[in-house]
Amino acid sequence: MHPLTARHVLWVCAGLAAVLLACVVLALKLGAVPISVTDLLINLGRVAIGRSDQLPSEYRLIVFDLRLPRIMLGILVGAALSVSGASFQALLRNPLADPFVLGVSSGAALGAILALIFAPQLPFVTLLGAFVGAMATIAAVYFLGRRGGELDSTTLLLGGVISASFLSAIIMFLMTTLAGRDLRGAVFWMMGDLSTPVPVDLQWIFMAGLLAGIGAIYSTSADLNLLLTGEREAIHLGVEATRVKLVVYVAASLLTALAVSASGQIGYVGLLVPHAVRRIFGSDYRILIPASAFCGAIAILLADTLARTVVAPTELPVGAMTAMAGAPVFIYLLRRGMR
Amino acid sequence: MSPSDTSTHATGDRGASPNGARTERLNVEQASYAYSPEAQAAPTFTLAATSFQAHERELVAILGPNASGKSTLLRLISGTIAPLSGRVELDGEETSRLDVRTRAQRIAVVHQESPVVYPALAGDFVLQGRYPYGRALRFATKEDIEIAHNALAQVGADHLSGRTIGELSGGEKQRVILARALAQQPRLILLDEPTLHLDIGAQVELLERLRQLAQENRYAVVVVTHELALAAEFADQVVLLQHGRCLRVGTPAAVYQADLLEQVFEAPLDVEVGPAGRPRVNLRARRGEDAM
Repeated sequence: MHPLTARHVLWVCAGLAAVLLACVVLALKLGAVPISVTDLLINLGRVAIGRSDQLPSEYRLIVFDLRLPRIMLGILVGAALSVSGASFQALLRNPLADPFVLGVSSGAALGAILALIFAPQLPFVTLLGAFVGAMATIAAVYFLGRRGGELDSTTLLLGGVISASFLSAIIMFLMTTLAGRDLRGAVFWMMGDLSTPVPVDLQWIFMAGLLAGIGAIYSTSADLNLLLTGEREAIHLGVEATRVKLVVYVAASLLTALAVSASGQIGYVGLLVPHAVRRIFGSDYRILIPASAFCGAIAILLADTLARTVVAPTELPVGAMTAMAGAPVFIYLLRRGMR
Repeated sequence: MSPSDTSTHATGDRGASPNGARTERLNVEQASYAYSPEAQAAPTFTLAATSFQAHERELVAILGPNASGKSTLLRLISGTIAPLSGRVELDGEETSRLDVRTRAQRIAVVHQESPVVYPALAGDFVLQGRYPYGRALRFATKEDIEIAHNALAQVGADHLSGRTIGELSGGEKQRVILARALAQQPRLILLDEPTLHLDIGAQVELLERLRQLAQENRYAVVVVTHELALAAEFADQVVLLQHGRCLRVGTPAAVYQADLLEQVFEAPLDVEVGPAGRPRVNLRARRGEDAM
């Protein structure tokens, strides 16, 4: 018997952090203007020892003003979406749960747009609107997915898909009828895109929200392992199921809201990444949550680098890349589950 | 509840009586319950006042046909619902008033198997029984691993610890689930229709094992079942339920009367006494002159 140890989790995290760092260097290097790794390391070194005034100006512009903010955003969004996907999978006991598939991303996008329409002057208004939208949608989908007091897997997914298309229709309606109003960037919520970096004054809010959300979910990871074997059994094993579900529900909605208000609806990351992580590191949530956060960041970073370079200088929305990879995997998992 | 109290182990000295008399574990006293769809509506199902006691080392069978109130009684005993009137006490404390963690240290519940969403190793599954003793992320301690090993050994399943739950047979799975209950080091084990998906050999093996474990670890064991023959052969005490009422409590020999059982289970049957003084139940087909 070799149960999971804290040391093992730490080693895996350290390894994944190293991979993430390598991906960051790669993403900084690749792009419309190629930059050599040596130059990059030298200039990164200059920043690290506090000599950023010695940077050549074109480096400052391309690497630190254009690519780096986009990379940071990709890391934030990838980690948030993957962890919230893994959490919804435990909360709903459904391996196909994902904020995009369940309509939670659409709900967050609608919330953000409504907030922009009705109270554009308030601070953090898109984030707040997205948070409320995400919470409302997941609650609605949860009740749509119940049949005779039990969560039914197929009904739940159907409820999510219907909610997503309903909410997207409302978003289209709002964007068409309110075309005259200032809804800067509202279009990018439809497809998912990393080209608009988080405003500097909001960066700390986003980082704090991400860490708080992942931390809250991680603190319940032992409980989630048991909830997956059934709520009734989890309670008999000493899990305070109601408290755990509430924490995960709020935290996963917050993470979805963070991702959507920063980058729109990037789909399938919350499905693909936890699934791959389960295959590599096992399905124990104590390793699944941190590994999903790192792997989600890596996945979005690679997907966005591809989106930037594959038809350069034209850029693709990263949501198109993840959907092209995600939809076939979703079908595969669905069919395997039906057998 | 003092902190030291929560770490008590099943093997610890807990009310051992010097003269070998059995200590009372579970006391169900005039416990009743009513399900209502809404707070003001008339109840759709009621369990009338029920009383019985279970001692350590004793196996009690709650027997009855479907919809007789067996599961409700089990939920009352496990403390997940509180009785409308009366009391359900384990070692003098009301089970529904214990916090979930303490309750899980004292009562283990084995349900009919539930679907496994993600594959888990049997060993890790048994370690889940240590959950009520752990803190925060519950990484297993050396002690937890040893207890889980012993639990698997006690059900004769140590060789299964590296296999995933999904690839086990019905009987093997049931043993692993029982091992998880043992790893909780409870005082009381409740089993809900544990023999439902097992073939005859595995049913007999499970009940023999339960009797033996109750002896060795001084558990009280309560089994909900509708298997007349198994209850007759293995139970020390039988609680007979019908339509939410407790009809009889007593030894199988006292409860198993042909006319009573025929009326409760709505099937023609004979009861004879076996060599060990335990009743034997034989089903009779309704044909010819027996009909109506």
